[in-house]
Formats: sequence, structure tokens, C-alpha cells
Amino acid sequence: MFGRLTLDALPLYSAIAAGGAAVTIGGALVVAIAITWLGAWRYLWTDWLTSVDHKRIGIMYIVLALIMLLRGFVDAIMMRAQQAMALNAGGYLPPEHFDQIFSSHGTIMIFFMAMPFMTGLINIIVPLQIGTRDVAFPFLNSLSLWLTAAGAGLVMVSLVIGKFSTAGWTGYPPYSGVEANPGVGVDYWIWAILISGFGSTFSGINFVVTILKRRAPGMTLMRMTPFTWTALCASVLMAFAFPALTVACGLLALDRTFGMHFFTNAHGGNMMNYPNLFWIWGHPEVYILILPAFGVFSEVVATFSRKRLFGYESLVYATAAIAILSFTVWLHHFFTMGSSANVNAFFGITTMVIAVPTGVKVFNWLLTMYRGRIDFHPSMMWTIGFMITFVIGGMTGVLLAIPPADFLMHNTTFLVAHFHNMIIPGVLFGYLSGYMYWFPKAFGFELNRGWGLASFWCWLIGFYLAFMPLYILGFKGMPRRMEQYNDPSWQPYLMVAAFGAFVVLIGIACMVMQLYVSIRDRRKTADVSGDPFDGRTLEWATSSPPPAYNFAILPEVRDREAFLDMKERGVAYRRPAAYEDIHLPKNSMVGVAMGAFAFALGFAMIWHIWWLVAACGLAMWVAMIARSSDDDSEFKVTAAEVKLIEDARYRALATRTGSRK
Amino acid sequence: MNAAVTARDSEAAETHEQRALGFWLYLMGDAVIFALLFATYVIMVNNTDGGPGGKQLFDLRNAALETALLLVSSTTFGFASLCSKTGNRGAVLFWLLVTFVLGAGFVFLELREFAGMIKAGAGPDRSGFLSAFFTLVGTHGLHVSMGLTWILIMCGQVMMKGLSVAVTSRLFRLGLFWHFLDIAWVGIFSIVYLPGLL
Repeated sequence: MFGRLTLDALPLYSAIAAGGAAVTIGGALVVAIAITWLGAWRYLWTDWLTSVDHKRIGIMYIVLALIMLLRGFVDAIMMRAQQAMALNAGGYLPPEHFDQIFSSHGTIMIFFMAMPFMTGLINIIVPLQIGTRDVAFPFLNSLSLWLTAAGAGLVMVSLVIGKFSTAGWTGYPPYSGVEANPGVGVDYWIWAILISGFGSTFSGINFVVTILKRRAPGMTLMRMTPFTWTALCASVLMAFAFPALTVACGLLALDRTFGMHFFTNAHGGNMMNYPNLFWIWGHPEVYILILPAFGVFSEVVATFSRKRLFGYESLVYATAAIAILSFTVWLHHFFTMGSSANVNAFFGITTMVIAVPTGVKVFNWLLTMYRGRIDFHPSMMWTIGFMITFVIGGMTGVLLAIPPADFLMHNTTFLVAHFHNMIIPGVLFGYLSGYMYWFPKAFGFELNRGWGLASFWCWLIGFYLAFMPLYILGFKGMPRRMEQYNDPSWQPYLMVAAFGAFVVLIGIACMVMQLYVSIRDRRKTADVSGDPFDGRTLEWATSSPPPAYNFAILPEVRDREAFLDMKERGVAYRRPAAYEDIHLPKNSMVGVAMGAFAFALGFAMIWHIWWLVAACGLAMWVAMIARSSDDDSEFKVTAAEVKLIEDARYRALATRTGSRK
Repeated sequence: MNAAVTARDSEAAETHEQRALGFWLYLMGDAVIFALLFATYVIMVNNTDGGPGGKQLFDLRNAALETALLLVSSTTFGFASLCSKTGNRGAVLFWLLVTFVLGAGFVFLELREFAGMIKAGAGPDRSGFLSAFFTLVGTHGLHVSMGLTWILIMCGQVMMKGLSVAVTSRLFRLGLFWHFLDIAWVGIFSIVYLPGLL
């Protein structure tokens, strides 16, 4: 009846694991009670969960990302604490538990923090920047969100029922195979990323079509904002790279569940094929995450330097070049696998080549700032912090791109330091910069600057303290993922690293405080104009938060910095003579339902509950057929209703100009 | 009034153009999946672990018959598409059903081949080669089966809704899907069956 699911699945094997389970259940209960107490279930269901509005979907993505950031960070600080104390002793975590923690840390931070954060920012901003009313496929957008949430749900459930993978976030066989790892851990990992991977593929397709087909009149490709360009390139990569992840994890699942021999040691398996398949997705994934962050930096640096972005065309070509080259470097993740010297040399060279367009971008940003009138808004600080830190990470990357050097550093903490040095400034700082920059657009009031700056400094200093020692430890030969060690010269560095993680924790606390203080003071910092930073691009042309239809009249674009151009021509806030009816997509509960079925399907596959697999598969099939036969998926906002909303906005604008100017 | 109607029509045309592009992108992603499964098959084709290889297992007559069924079904689907342009509902239904019968025949032959191999002790868990074979050919077969369900759904929609703009645009995408599976099969025939027997 319940497959291999029994009461033994409860995490009573260690007090810390049981505590983690209790915190997970407790947190879910607290949220549920709070929603009930506020009487907000119906509001939540009709206005949010079933919404197909890209802005709301984007906000839900980012809420998911921030929750998972907390979870992933708890894993990080637990690892740092363990390594700081585990000299010649077991520390406080048993090896089995420590291995789950580093596996879930990587899995969560990549798939359920960075991916939803990026998809969320793209969702909220890209349709506004290209001047459209919604994405090309609003329902598919909701489905993507709920598939991602289903995957995140599986990772969270593994804390309470059963165990998570101990095979690291990359899950290399044969260790992740069923012989070495017969439990459910690796299956949790596989199904979490398979299900969320489908969501990412769909997001990619959705945004390629949205950006190519739904731009406002006059917006040629070379008039798109840099963020839209990077979102386009990232979406192309998502649509073409994620299928490779589906294949890699799918074949591993066939090995584990149906006894096949793709990656097994015996019976003609070829385990070396797995890293190839995995990194054919995995390397483009790095750029899927980092390109949109580059886009954010490009927007922020122009706005807060009060200058046009320097070398727009070179930035666009660099972005496209990176997107193409990203498919040609995957083998540098496993130089030590045993390919011939010529193969390694080829991939070493392509890896160095890809650093060139990235370097071009750094000069774009630097020269935009040159002679600009810089406003040190927190978003700008994240950008400056990124530029300095990222260059260090880039140089260690070029160092690792040399195969003989890589043989020495492979699998050491030098590598760990390198990729955190790319991904924390290059990805996370970018998203946090975007979060603080576009927050007023999404919610209608600004985030507190002081707490934002405090958070930035803690993150920056904490980052250096946490990862510079790991470079040194890597040179000293410390392997990654060690639960304990016996070299006393390593411990001081690990203690500094643990202290760095603690400083980052303060940075996260500052972010929470920033949110609290900003919500408390929201009336004082309300953004009535819709344009708090004297913005240059179209998202600032509409109100904050934008109405459901984004633009009452679709804007006409004449310049790369469309809104600045409109302001300069004096047409920015001009009232149209008349409004028209607007058709918008209706809410749909099918997306949520499909997410719930996908979650149950994954759970049933993990625990071998075959009847539930069949039932969920059938339910998803029926839901899809019902949805695909529905020709009546839009509703109408009448011209009169549009006029009512727009009149209110113009009244608010008038009071503002009356009081301030 | 007239202007509003044409505006809605051009909006509908834009929607269907976007859906077509989205579907092309999906097919390209699907092509990546097949490409990687082909690559996996090619590197594992000799990993028979002392078990049977393609020479012992494949039957060229069966594969040729499967090819014939699938290629002819693509032609009959083409007839259905042509008839949908002239608005002939009955003819569209007829050709869709012919396509369905041919596709179902293909799936039947494939399942019979699989069952025979499994019965002979050459199932997907026998060797790396057979895992790769069953997964590649089975993934294609699964696609054909999903296409068959889709054909039935479209038959229902043609009967109930007629050849509306939405229905013809879905028929168009189903056509892309069905012809794509032909291309994938041509790859399977020439990379799996022919070299296996020669």
C-alpha cells in the first residue's frame, strides 16, 4: 500500500535531524495558523495562488526563493560550524547527516533559490520593460511556478520523511547508484530537480516567445533593455540546456528504479557518460543564472550613475557570445576524468575564451560609472561589490581552466571558493541588487536604505572572510566536503570561514529588518510617481504597483532608453484621449493542481507507491486535456473600468507634483 | 464594430503565431533529448555484457514495416491538414482516424518487439546496450502514444467545436509533433536498426 514507506522513515536517528524536522513542521504550522487567523485563505487562493498575472507569479517565485535562501543558508552555517570544530573529532554532525547537508545546500541554492529568484525577477520586470500586458503563455507561467514549488516541496519533505541524498548536488554515479545508495535520498534529489526542471524549460520557452513576439511598437531588438537581452539569452539557454538535465537525471532514475545499466559499474554501464550529460546542462546553467544578474547590474549602473549605459552594443554581443560559448566548455568540470590531453586542451582554451566577453562587460559597467553622478543606493553598492569581487573569482577560474593546474586543485576547497566567488557576487548580489531596485515597482513603496547598506556590508565582508581562507586551504590540499580532518594547520582558516558565515548571517538578519522597517514606514516611502529613481526604461512608465493590464495604452518606443526619451520629449505622463477594452487571461486553478499532482507523483516514485504514481499521472493527464480544450480563457476589462483606474492614478500624480514642485 | 472585430481577429492570429513559435521551441528541446539519447546509445552499443546484440535481436522486416506505417501516417496526417484548410470536417475526421489506426499499428508492432525481447531474456536490465536501446526506442514510442491520444482529443474537438480558429491551430501543432516523430524515427531506423543488422 505505501511502497517502502514505513514509520522508520521518521528522522529519529539523530537529535539534530529530528530538530530540523520539527522546525520544518513548526514553520509550516505557524504560517498556516497565521493565514487562518488573518482569514486570508480565500484571498490567497483567488488573488495569488491561482493567479496567472506575471507580476504576482514573479513575486511568488521570489518569496519561494527567499524562503529557500534561509533553508540553504542554515545548511551552510551548519557545515561551517562542523568544519570549524571537527579537528581529530566528529564535531557535532554524524557523517551521514553532514553529507545530506552539503548535498541539500547545493541543490537548494541552485535549483530552489537562484532559479526561482531569477525567474521571479524576469517575470516581474521583462513584460514591463518590453511594454506588453502579459507573457505569451500566462497559464504555462503559472504551471512553471507550481512545478518549481513542487520540487522545492519535495526537498523540504525529505527533512521530515526519510533522508535526502548524500551524493552532493551533482549526484555522480556510481556512488548515487542503487548499489552504493539504496535508500530514498538520491531519489528525493532526482525527482525534486526533474519536476522543477520541467518548470524551468517551460519558463525558458515562454520568455523567448514573449520577448521575440510581444514587444511594444517601435521596440526593435537593439532597443531592448540590457536586462531583457540577458533574459532572452538565459531563456534560450533554459529551453535548450534543461532537456539535458532531464536526460541525465531520467537515466539515473531508470538505473535506480528499474535496474537498468546506464551508469552502473557492471553489466556494460558507462558511468563517465553521466558527468558529460549533467554538465551539458550544468555549464549553461551557470550562465542562465549569471546573465540576468549581469542585466540587473547594467540597469542599476546606468540609473544610479545618471548616464546612458556605455557600449550597449558590445554588451549585447558579449551576452550572445557567452550564451553560445557556454555550450562549449562543459568538460572543464571533469578534466581529471581521463580524457586525452588534446580534449582537455580544447576545453581549457574555450574556457579561457569565455572569460573575454565577460571581461568586456566589466569595462562596460566601469566606463558607465566614469564621470557619472553616482548615487550610492544599496543596489549600486551590490553592483560595485560585485565588480571587485567577481574579478577575483574570474581570475581563479582562468587559473582552473589550465588542465595541469586543475589536476592539483580538483576537488579541493579551492574549487569551492572559486565557484562561490562567482555565484555569490555574480548571481546573488545581482538578484539582491534587483530586489532592492525593483521592490518599489512591485509593491509601491521603497525599501529602507540604511538596513540595505548594512546588509550589503555584512554580506561583502562575510563573503571575504568565509571564502578567502578556502582558497588557501585548497592550496594546502584540503579536499572539499570533509566531515572531519586531522591536520591542525587547517583549523584556524576554517574558524575564520565559520566567522565569515556568521557575518553573512547578520547580513541576512539585516535584510529581514529592512523588510520589517520598510513595511512599517510604507506610507512615508510610498512611490506615487511610479518612477522613484528617475528611471530610464519602460517599467518606470507605469504606476507602482502596475495595474493588472500594465499599460492602459501600449507605449510607443523611439529610443533604447524609452522612458527617459519620453520624459525628455514631454510625453511621459500624457493622458490618452480615450481608453479601449483590454483582454486579460483568467485565473486558473489547473496550475496549482498540476503542481500538487506533480509533488504527489514525485513522492510516490521516491517511495515506490505505484498506485499513487498511476493515479497522479492520470490526474495530470486529465487536467491538461481539460485545460487544452478550454477556448474561453480571457476576461475583459472595459474601457470605463480602465478609465476609473487611470483617473485615480492621475489624481495621485497631481497631488504629488502639487506638494513637491 | 467592424474595426473591433478585426482587431480581435488579428489578436487571435498573433496568439496562434506565438503558440506556433512556442511549440517549435518545445520541439527543439525535445530534439535535444533525442540527440542525447542517440549519443548515449551510440557509445553503449557494444556494451552487451556478453548478452545478445543487435544482430541477434533486431528483425529488419519488423522495423521496415514500422517505418512504412509511420511514414504513411505522416502522409495521411498531411491530407487531414489539407482538408482542414478547405473546411471539410468529415474529411479531416476521416484522415485523422486513418492516421490513428496507422500510428496504433506502429505502437503495436513496437510493443510486440519489446515483449519478444523481454521474453527472450533481453530486457532493459540485461545490459547497458539494452538499457540504451529500450530507452531510446521506448521514448519515441511513448511520444507516438501521446500523439495518438492527442489525435483522439482533436477528433473530439473537431466533432464538437468544428474547425474553429483555435481547433485548426491545435491541429497545426499536432501536425508539427507528428512529423517530428517521423524524423526521430528515421534517425532510429538508420542509427539503431540498420547498423545493428549490417
